[in-house]
Amino acid sequence: MLELLFDPLFRLPFITGLLLAPVAAIAGVYLRLREEWLAALAYAQVAAAGAVVAVVLHAPVMLGALAAAGLVATVKGLLANPGNHHFVIFILLGWGVALVAGSFSAHGEMVGQSLMDGQLYFTGQAHLLGALALLVIGTLCMSWLSQRLLMDRFFPDYFSANGIPAWRHRVAFDWLVVAIVAVATTAFGVMAAFALLFIPAWVAWGVAQGWRNVLIIAAGLAVVAYVIAFVVAVAVDQPFGPMLVLILCATALLRFARRGVRSASPSAAPARAPSVAPEAAHRK
Amino acid sequence: MKSEALLRCHGVVAGYEHPVVGPVTFELFRGEVLGLLGSNGAGKSTLIKAITGHARIFRGRLETAPGIELAHHRQQPVRPAECPLSGHDLVTLTGASRQTPPPQIARLLDGRVDQLSGGQFQILQIWACLGSGAEVVLLDEPTNNLDPATVEALVNLIRKDQAGRTILVVSHEASFIDAICSRVVSVSA
Repeated sequence: MLELLFDPLFRLPFITGLLLAPVAAIAGVYLRLREEWLAALAYAQVAAAGAVVAVVLHAPVMLGALAAAGLVATVKGLLANPGNHHFVIFILLGWGVALVAGSFSAHGEMVGQSLMDGQLYFTGQAHLLGALALLVIGTLCMSWLSQRLLMDRFFPDYFSANGIPAWRHRVAFDWLVVAIVAVATTAFGVMAAFALLFIPAWVAWGVAQGWRNVLIIAAGLAVVAYVIAFVVAVAVDQPFGPMLVLILCATALLRFARRGVRSASPSAAPARAPSVAPEAAHRK
Repeated sequence: MKSEALLRCHGVVAGYEHPVVGPVTFELFRGEVLGLLGSNGAGKSTLIKAITGHARIFRGRLETAPGIELAHHRQQPVRPAECPLSGHDLVTLTGASRQTPPPQIARLLDGRVDQLSGGQFQILQIWACLGSGAEVVLLDEPTNNLDPATVEALVNLIRKDQAGRTILVVSHEASFIDAICSRVVSVSA
């Protein structure tokens, strides 16, 4: 069975996912930074709905996914205080539209079902090119975006106080995430795409010390989980999406294991650094 | 010769839906530490928010010298419950990592910021602003959460290590304002 891994038929989907996995995980880290992690599921569900609508309208699937998720990102950007309750509405809307639109055509229903099941093996050259483009664009934008997103989070007045427009990096990030989610959803399926954006970032957030380490751990975890899921799915002839989700869920144990080590270690008890200079403490 | 005014506040009345503070008039000159003193609810923080663009100016004029950069330490700094950033990451954001930090702050740089106490995070955020390249630093109630020894360290930081910085400080603690400010403006609603 494992010889299938080296089958040319599987090369393109494998490479596509290998490129997408770290990009999605790093996008998830920044979504968590902005407390918008549920947006990943909202974009994924709406992208799936857009893909089904595109099939019904005889338009390109990925274009439909991009347009729908982009529309939601635009609406989110116009909201005064976007939060989880808004993302839940988008998730429900996406689910409803995907099912209703799918009922209008057999092909639409089939695409909708495959996006729910998560079958990586149906990815095409457009996905590979999309993943490659996202990797290149993400790498090029990373330094510019990262600095601004972190400043926006921890020193949110910096931009308005200095007359620097914050909408540029916010919109750029939203659209980068939309593109990543749209490609990932149409390649992996809704839940696998969401799991890739959510779980590695969540684990890294809990165990890493320092921002660079968060990014490295999230991306590394996503790649390892992806490769294992691909091998196992091929070896046991199971759908890829659920396999990736299950393996990513298993990696979540790392977060709890690390916490267990912290609480069990005697040196972990006085976690806080001394609050004052020793000489000042003596004076007290 | 009088030094250059980096911030001018002419009869400013500021607030949100309704006016909260003012009219207030003052100038902040390069190299001075100016204190805005007033009781709780007097509108001191609202005035700072008007400077940073987060409160509405109903009347008056607020002018900053062209091309200057402002750093703002909020009364309640943003601090997520879980945050993997190290102290070093936080001060690198503002450029404060280019300066040698005082020992009280240096020992806070290596760990995750979510493992710091409220006071430790507060002093780290203040250092991120004071150590940055900003020409004007706005400190809103910087002594909140700080124990007396750390307040003393902050006074030393502003008076000695950061001497010559242009700082606008808001506080309801008259003794802290007296200790660091070269001039004081009283603010009332």
